[in-house]
Amino acid sequence: MRPHLLASSPLRARELVEDEPARPRPATLEVDVIPREPMPRLAIEPIDSDPRRRAAWTPARGIVFVAVLLYVGAVLLLPLGALAFEAARLSVAVIVRGITSAAALSALKQTLLLTVVAVVCNGIFGIAAGLVLVRQRFRGIGVLDATIDLVLAVSPVMSGLAFLLLVGRNGWLAPALQALDLRVAFAFPGLVLATLFVTLPFTVREVSYVLAEVGNDEEHVAATLGSSPWRTFFRVTLPNIRRGLTLGLTLTAARALGEFGAVLVIGGAIAGRTDTATTFIYGALEERNDAAAFGLAIVLALVSMGFLITLENVRKKRARS
Amino acid sequence: MSVAAVTRASPIQRVMRGGVFFYVAVLVMLPLVALASSGLSNGLAGVWHAITSPVAADALLLTLWTGALTAVINAVAGTATAWVLVRFRFPGRGLLQALVDLPFAIPTLVTGVMLVLLLGPTRPMGRWFESHGMEILFAPPAIVFALLFITVPFVVRAVEPVLAEMDPAEEEAARTLGASDAAIVRRVILPSLLPAIGVGALQSFARAIAEFGSIVVVSGNIPHKSLTGAIYIFGEVEGGRPDVAAAVSLVLLALSFGLSLGARALRDRVGGRRG
Repeated sequence: MRPHLLASSPLRARELVEDEPARPRPATLEVDVIPREPMPRLAIEPIDSDPRRRAAWTPARGIVFVAVLLYVGAVLLLPLGALAFEAARLSVAVIVRGITSAAALSALKQTLLLTVVAVVCNGIFGIAAGLVLVRQRFRGIGVLDATIDLVLAVSPVMSGLAFLLLVGRNGWLAPALQALDLRVAFAFPGLVLATLFVTLPFTVREVSYVLAEVGNDEEHVAATLGSSPWRTFFRVTLPNIRRGLTLGLTLTAARALGEFGAVLVIGGAIAGRTDTATTFIYGALEERNDAAAFGLAIVLALVSMGFLITLENVRKKRARS
Repeated sequence: MSVAAVTRASPIQRVMRGGVFFYVAVLVMLPLVALASSGLSNGLAGVWHAITSPVAADALLLTLWTGALTAVINAVAGTATAWVLVRFRFPGRGLLQALVDLPFAIPTLVTGVMLVLLLGPTRPMGRWFESHGMEILFAPPAIVFALLFITVPFVVRAVEPVLAEMDPAEEEAARTLGASDAAIVRRVILPSLLPAIGVGALQSFARAIAEFGSIVVVSGNIPHKSLTGAIYIFGEVEGGRPDVAAAVSLVLLALSFGLSLGARALRDRVGGRRG
């Protein structure tokens, strides 16, 4: 019983080996399953692979383990299952008819366009802002950082309202926009503004995190060796931050695709004009057009699964490197 | 964070700095200043008047208690989930990791649709709850359910790295001295995790206050019963009272920003990752 316990608990076995270096190891103790490391644990060793951090099974731990699975299952899997069940219940033909109406297709196209714009604009902004926040020191940097953080605290409805107060009929910029004959609120430009607002922080945050982590030694070396700033950026900085960038852009795309409150308020969900995928679903729910509402919800959920797979791939690569 | 020996900014750096400031000023500061100015157009008394109207006050209270409850449940469930993810290797662990990130990927409105499909009166679970006299959909429990769904990642992702980097020697020392599992959790693990749990819980709370898309379809939005602050704001905008909507927005925004600032300060003290 005892040797078995020892062998099943790498934690104990290792401690025994390390704490008694002077004494010759008793040959009977079955601790050799854990090879002795020649060097102290290094930072380059992935945390995941350190067996000392694993826990052995005990009844109490088993209960916590099962409770966690039940909780996550109830909160996340059950709703997901309900949607999958609905997808199976509605016939494919009904779903296809629901999501291929002119209004649904126009809403989907609008959302796709908004997502592309958000990824491009906030991708470029995110890299630039990350470089400014991490690599530069100047007064006002705290304000910039806090403003970007502030966006995450703003409810989508509030951001829609804020733009409405700016570019709406009685908004601050209304006279200027009227003079230029530009329609922003309840039109595509308004949707763009709202989407850019809500997706602004994601890429900056991920890029800043990676930039701070890798440091700027390599960039200095490249500059010292005569590399131009552009060349340094494309050959050194960009490859270094690519995982953070992928993560940030994926989060941006997911949020742009799924944004609802802000585009509903600033766009007004006008069918065929300012309807996006989410506002279309909302409208279809109100009209009890189940096939269209649930059909498009299923489509969005499937696209989200694609984003999720990307997120998990980046996470795994990060854990390994 | 490596501190660069910045002497003077190069022209490229200055252009970038200017561009970044301009983008943030136009896209974030300007609209928020418009929101603040409209909200404060009748002074602080106007704000007070707006948030103390019976419907608004009940909506804000509902937002507060559902958000607080969500934060507390997440503090417990999220810590346990992080512990399972860090300390155990089991088949399906990758799936659990992915599930925790699901709320980041899925539109909140789709989350709401899922809950309607799960709990609707014609669905098996909805019928079961109804026959047992429990009101879930179009009532506060559905709001909490939606909030729990969308806030799953916060505590888990805040606690995970701290737990992974915790020195196992402390735990082992306690064990060698005869401490039970429960005592080790209470005396050794929890004290070092508390700041990270706090970060995640505050982030969940802030996120819950701002939530709109998932709640609007599951709560039924009944004044004094299941109408939350964010949806009250939406109703005021639709009803043509943007100044009232802006005033209530300012209060909710201050609350939510205060919570995220608290999370930020706590996180900087722990030295954990941003986010």
